[in-house]
Amino acid sequence: MHALAQEQLRLDAGPVDYLLLALYFVFVLGIGYLARRSVSTSLDFFLSGRSLPAWVTGLAFIAANLGAIEIIGMSANGAQYGMPTMHYFWIGAIPAMLFLGVVMMPFYYGSKVRSVPEFMLRRFGKPAHLVNALSFAAAQLLIAGVNLFLLASIVNVLLGWPLWVSVIVAAAIVLSYTGLGGLSAAIYNEVLQFFVIVAALLPLTVVGLAKVGGWSGLVDKVTTQSGANELSAWPGNELTGFGSNFLSVLGIVFGLGFVLAFGYWTTNFVEVQRAMASKSMSAAQRTPIIGAFPKMLIPFLVIIPGMIAAVSVQEMTVFKQRGTGDVDYNDALLLLMRDLLPNGMLGIALAGLLASFMAGMAANLSSFNTVFTYDIWQSYVVPGRSDGYYLRMGRWVTLGATAAAVGTAFIASGYSNLMDYLQQLFSLFNAPLFATFILGMFWRRMTPTAGWLGLVTGTGASLTVFLLAENGVLELPGQGASFLGAGAAFVVDIAVSVAVSTVTRPKPAAELVGLVYGLTPKEDRTASTTGEDAGWYRRPGVLAGIVLVMVVLLNIVFG
Amino acid sequence: MSQDKDTGGRRAAAFDVRLVIAALFVLYGVVCTLMGLFGTSAEEIDRAAGININLWSGVGMLVFSAAFAAWARLRPIVVPTETGTPEP
Repeated sequence: MHALAQEQLRLDAGPVDYLLLALYFVFVLGIGYLARRSVSTSLDFFLSGRSLPAWVTGLAFIAANLGAIEIIGMSANGAQYGMPTMHYFWIGAIPAMLFLGVVMMPFYYGSKVRSVPEFMLRRFGKPAHLVNALSFAAAQLLIAGVNLFLLASIVNVLLGWPLWVSVIVAAAIVLSYTGLGGLSAAIYNEVLQFFVIVAALLPLTVVGLAKVGGWSGLVDKVTTQSGANELSAWPGNELTGFGSNFLSVLGIVFGLGFVLAFGYWTTNFVEVQRAMASKSMSAAQRTPIIGAFPKMLIPFLVIIPGMIAAVSVQEMTVFKQRGTGDVDYNDALLLLMRDLLPNGMLGIALAGLLASFMAGMAANLSSFNTVFTYDIWQSYVVPGRSDGYYLRMGRWVTLGATAAAVGTAFIASGYSNLMDYLQQLFSLFNAPLFATFILGMFWRRMTPTAGWLGLVTGTGASLTVFLLAENGVLELPGQGASFLGAGAAFVVDIAVSVAVSTVTRPKPAAELVGLVYGLTPKEDRTASTTGEDAGWYRRPGVLAGIVLVMVVLLNIVFG
Repeated sequence: MSQDKDTGGRRAAAFDVRLVIAALFVLYGVVCTLMGLFGTSAEEIDRAAGININLWSGVGMLVFSAAFAAWARLRPIVVPTETGTPEP
């Protein structure tokens, strides 16, 4: 935090910039107000009444993840590691998103569960449900805190507002629209935010590239200043911290690409909730696949500016060469904005940054309040009340969660590279979850006891790796520790689940229809192809194929 | 919170987010274009590698906004008349 709080980062924001920023907030609150009119039941509030078109949920799917963490964290990674950061998008997201849409969504959407933990409840019973609901709720509060901290520090540095003022103003805005309009307000705002973020980053990237003399100019500068290995995505040794190329590729493919990414994208309710809000099975399946198109291209607007900052912003180049200075990698994008953008575009860029923060935090809040209200409060604390009670409860939970996020913001302030911190959290919570889900969806013999024991031991395994790395027993400087932790969690979870399943009693097959692959009739798993779902361009499989070809091409061109 | 109960059809899609997006970007586009034409100093243009980025982005946003408005006009949202199963 001290590194950010420097006068040199202060942006020269004028009245026009404030006007553009204010306009944005008017629209955000307006959407919250408009969305409120459509909320009459708790299902409207928590799942948008399952009524949204696929392009809306698809963009929201991406924008929910395009928080300040992604933009600031990934441009920081871009400045520090260069092109290997692309793996977070192309290896660490796209395959998992396609898998979610094509393979897993039929079970989520088809079973009509209201949350990912509820799926856990139906498949494995109460212990696994409780473990999952509690760990998810805790993770969301931590991550919402990161988003809040980032926003507060950005506003503090850029505009000079005191930290606590920006925390409260921002929290109040997010609270008012998610509290009023529920998930619909969050989703519609995410779509708006997506476009504002692009409108902020695209001009910055264009101007940045022009500044360093185009693509070839960037290549020359990176090569002379930091070495050519920052220009190709593979094998990414700097990123993983593994010396050996083979281990590095293995770490990226298995640790990041398989366990971390699949764990994050396929079981994270923040994301899955957006798909669950869509209006048909086909639309739900298309949600992550449509989201994959912008996801492929976002790194060019985030990582490339980070790399440009590392070679063109004076403070940044000094910091990268010597490792000391008043700035750090998280400042890369901000410094570039300060250097390049005139008043006017600066206001849009500020709106984009704040939009991204709010998208992330609203997504955390809207998924937290669903899980807390349905899966903790309604299931265990106060069951059996009227729907109106849970709708009101959801609004109060939103308020409580906002207050808690203010507290967790301080935990986040202890890490210089926020992405490291987040990867740690994801490997702790998500990797074992994915192992349990995938085994449970495809292996009918897996028992309820195995469900929760696998989760607990898997989380324990990644926690152990995390602590060993923290205390220096394991020497992995980059993000190898989280890749390794994720891998360990996955393997331990699978091993324990299989072992426990063989000695405990499975659920009767009749209770698993719609939840397990082999027991669900094919027509229940297949999306309709008529009416609003007609046409080859609305077939989930065809769209997924197009994305896959594009991502392979990107890896070849920038590999 | 219960004033929509009598309408039968679902209102969740009753306002079109495309028009909201188009409206915001019209305003952004106009402000940026005007800034680009009248409010951007030569020094600022020089700093941005010689590109009048306000002007270009402003025009870009106006075009984008027109495209979204056209899309919303050509393919308006049809509010479904509750053919599916009602929610519990």
